[in-house]
Amino acid sequence: MLRLAVLLLLAAAPASAEIVSGSSFLSPEMRRQQEDETRNPGFFWVEQGQELFSRRPEAGGEACIGCHAAPQRSLRGAAATYPKLVSERLMNLEGRIEQCRVERQKQPAFGYESPELLALTAYIASLSRGLPMDVAIDGPARPFYEAGRAFFERRQGQLNLSCRHCHDGLVGQKLRGDTISRGASTGYPAYRLEWNSVGSLHRRLRACSLGVRATQFEAGGPEYLALELYLAGRARGLPVETPAMRR
Amino acid sequence: MKRLLPALLWLAGSCGPGLALERYTIVGDAIPAPLGGLAGNAARGEAVVRDRERGNCLICHQGADASEPFQGTIGPSLAGVGARLSPGQIRLRMVDGAVLNPDTVMPPYFRVEGLRDVAPAYRGKPALSAQEIEDVVAYLATLERP
Ligand code: HEC
Ligand code: HEC
Repeated sequence: MLRLAVLLLLAAAPASAEIVSGSSFLSPEMRRQQEDETRNPGFFWVEQGQELFSRRPEAGGEACIGCHAAPQRSLRGAAATYPKLVSERLMNLEGRIEQCRVERQKQPAFGYESPELLALTAYIASLSRGLPMDVAIDGPARPFYEAGRAFFERRQGQLNLSCRHCHDGLVGQKLRGDTISRGASTGYPAYRLEWNSVGSLHRRLRACSLGVRATQFEAGGPEYLALELYLAGRARGLPVETPAMRR
Repeated sequence: MKRLLPALLWLAGSCGPGLALERYTIVGDAIPAPLGGLAGNAARGEAVVRDRERGNCLICHQGADASEPFQGTIGPSLAGVGARLSPGQIRLRMVDGAVLNPDTVMPPYFRVEGLRDVAPAYRGKPALSAQEIEDVVAYLATLERP
């Protein structure tokens, strides 16, 4: 019995055993709020996403659910495998949804950070809640992963800090009112009190870039996509928590 | 023990005409002479340290005023720094702490070369001007009580 428990724990352990979710650094009250679907505002976006998923485009054509019947089953686990290579392009969940929207629904793209794309991304990611992050980082994904790692490790910006300085070196320390976490991506899109809204991982990354007075790369662009793959690889085995709550 | 670090740093190259940073001389682990020969003003220096945009030092450091909410825990406390370090030692640690510790987390406040992907608004400029550095040095030198 104990042996089984240990085996299960090992199976669920992230690739790098020290990486923990940002939720571990929340106050107990905020953690309870995050876990309570009736009190976590992120679920408002999830509901909207669910509604959009079944809605036919006004101009005609299929709803998402026309191709993805029973999404609770058919799309459970999908989000945990993104970003991934799709015909040699690195794509995150947002990119994949936009691809379906444009190529299969024949509709104009929603646009990164639009309320519709955030809602659909939050909904589809929420279908993987509790499942371990499981991105491929070998084979053709390797160069992207390595590019993300290089980005994570290099000093940048006028304040000349790397992601690693904070998210490996200063974990648990206070940066003003914030407690620095491992920089895990497992809760995004997440509801941040500071945003008073759900926002994407790339929006969070832009905030960290600004924090060290570095170039803010385009949301959805190649730099942050590679970084997202590296973060997802680092967090392998940690459960998906979308929609997480953050300060 | 007293190393003579690169005696003279020429910082003019990367910041264009008219924007050349004041030159300075490192002696041991200090920059003994004020940047540009400027005199610091401690009151203005305190404002820079507290300002959330200009210095924003308390994001990482505990300052001298314990009642200030949400101070950082990343660098050493600034209370008592004036007793621990001379003004020249404080100056070098603010100008470019990487000279002393290549892995340092303390940002370089008076350096423009060797930085990568600096946001356009900050490119080619030091984080603090020579005058602001001198003001902060003057202020920190007064913080003698831990
Ligand atoms: C000067 C410190 C600092 C640097 C440098 C920094 N961050 Fe952050 N980062 C923070 C703080 C503070 C937060 C908010 C608290 C937390 O969740 O860690 C944060 C949050 C995050 C989060 C959200 C984690 C969560 O669970 O919500 C991610 C992801 C992240 N950072 C990635 C990065 C990446 C990638 C870089 C480099 C491009 C970077 N950070 C650079 C301080 C920093
Ligand atoms: C991103 C975090 C960060 C910020 C912002 C920051 N510091 Fe620091 N500071 C550090 C760290 C870490 C050290 C220790 C350096 C080392 O050991 O290499 C340090 C060291 C120092 C020291 C030497 C202290 C001693 O006792 O040896 C002084 C003086 C100092 N900082 C002043 C400032 C001032 C003034 C500002 C703002 C203008 C500032 N710092 C902003 C992190 C920071």
